[in-house]
Amino acid sequence: MPSALKHMLFIVAPLLAVFAVLPGVYQNHLLLFNFVIFLILAQGVNIIYGFTGYLPFGYVGFFGAGAYGFAILVMHYQAPAVVAVLVAGLVGVALGLLLTPLLRLSGAYFAIANLAASLAVLHFVANPALENITRGPYGVSLTGTFNPTLAYTAALVVLALTLGAVVFLKNSRFGLALQAVREDAVSASMAGVNVVRMRVIAWLVSALVAGLAGGVYAWYVSVFYPDNVFSGEFSIFAIVFALFGGVASICGPIVGVILLYGIYNLIGFTTPQYFQLIYGLLIMGLVLFLPAGLVSLATRRGWHVP
Amino acid sequence: MSPDTAPILNVAKLTKRFGGFYALDGLSFHVAAGEILGLVGPNGSGKTTAINVISGLYAPDGGEVVLDGGSIGGVASHRLVHRGINRTFQIPKPFLSLTVRQNIEVALAYGRAAVAPPDMAALLDEYRLTDVADRPAADLNNAQQKMLDLVRALATRPRLLLLDELAAGLNPAELDWIAERIKALARSGVAIIVVEHLMGFIEHITDRVIVMNAGKEIFEGKLAVAVQVPQVIEVFLGGEHAA
Ligand SMILES: Nc1ncnc2c1ncn2[C@@H]1O[C@H](COP(=O)(O)OP(=O)(O)O)[C@@H](O)[C@H]1O
Ligand SMILES: [Mg+2]
Repeated sequence: MPSALKHMLFIVAPLLAVFAVLPGVYQNHLLLFNFVIFLILAQGVNIIYGFTGYLPFGYVGFFGAGAYGFAILVMHYQAPAVVAVLVAGLVGVALGLLLTPLLRLSGAYFAIANLAASLAVLHFVANPALENITRGPYGVSLTGTFNPTLAYTAALVVLALTLGAVVFLKNSRFGLALQAVREDAVSASMAGVNVVRMRVIAWLVSALVAGLAGGVYAWYVSVFYPDNVFSGEFSIFAIVFALFGGVASICGPIVGVILLYGIYNLIGFTTPQYFQLIYGLLIMGLVLFLPAGLVSLATRRGWHVP
Repeated sequence: MSPDTAPILNVAKLTKRFGGFYALDGLSFHVAAGEILGLVGPNGSGKTTAINVISGLYAPDGGEVVLDGGSIGGVASHRLVHRGINRTFQIPKPFLSLTVRQNIEVALAYGRAAVAPPDMAALLDEYRLTDVADRPAADLNNAQQKMLDLVRALATRPRLLLLDELAAGLNPAELDWIAERIKALARSGVAIIVVEHLMGFIEHITDRVIVMNAGKEIFEGKLAVAVQVPQVIEVFLGGEHAA
């Protein structure tokens, strides 16, 4: 069996099946939805960071832009929710295109510039002068499209597409070439790889993923403010989950989200007063002792982890 | 000049500046298909810079680089690879976390070799990498990493191959072996530029040498003749003393 098929059958399909069934047996649907959103965002971070080495500290910019793309289409054009989600993805891509010059930076400079860009988008959207278009700081209310069940299904579809993209990267020459670019851009160009084009493609794909996720999120919650959908927590969480599990793999970010977001909610419910402390210590410990993520525990032993 | 000895590469009055410093200062030379040209000169004379400009890493600040009669100065590296130029690095630059096999796969897939790309197993075998094929490149020793650099270049079927101190650090047996491999490549029609400090090695494999100093050529011809030219002797002794 080709390994791409194996990855779809034994990782992607079971994960989707579990999240398709869970709402029937577990009451907290918002929590399940948030899990799906973080699974998507962590894989989006995986695509750009794991496969190219750019750390997107302002990843939430695409997410928030997607959410507002959805809102504007629904508010001003009465678009059906599915169409608005697709447009949200395109808004993410458009913002990605606008920000391609950032790819000339590297390391911390890229991360900081990306963070600044996401703040700029937030303040643009939240500008009271744009009240007629975005409702500015006053937030949007999209009662017309409110349908959490459908929105949850849409989130699963976006997750399926995102995982499909990661499986492709993991099993294709294209993904291999991206990793080569991450390792050494000069050598990659001497292998005949068009470095700039590869980086731009990965960047736009990860922007598309976050834009779609933002659109689905807007659909699900239906009432939100700029500070909600541009919250830095989305970037930080998605990055931490992906890194914790291990990037440039399919399983790493999945394991990261399930474990860390699971623990996060567990501590939050049981001992909210210690929650920030415990969570912070946990993450520090992981970064110190497992910098390459959980999957490195296995790969160090020579086991292959998809 | 008869058509079959027409140079594949012609470098004319090439200049490359870093700030106000001229690393290349009017360098001119040519190389023909099947020829092995030695590029020698003291440290800092601009040999690596010349290779970097020819392979598209830097755009020249003046002068011309002509491949097959067409100017290629400033063309992006991957395009030059597709047009038949490739190189190794003085300090080898493999994709460290990828396996040896994956390192080569990238070049086989993206190199757009003009003729059919070479066979992976044959490349691994010829350059003694079969045993480590499935290990990450980071596990290789320096000599093996150099061979991997060379194999990555060969996977794209270059017609012009630039070797930057490939032999440095090899033991005598490995030196003999790699010398034969380079000569075999030249016999198959590849034009090869060899930068090397080991004069015995240069003497053994090159047809002709260019001696560089301060970014330009000060001698062109046989190495045996070069070592009798006072200016060349002075540059090398001066270089030794300065170093
Ligand atoms: N990227 C660079 N930036 C600044 N100076 C450089 C750069 N590359 C090379 N140089 C300088 O150019 C000169 C020639 O270097 P190089 O071509 O590496 O010499 P060689 O390979 O002959 O030892 C040296 O003085 C070196 O310091
Ligand atoms: Mg050098």
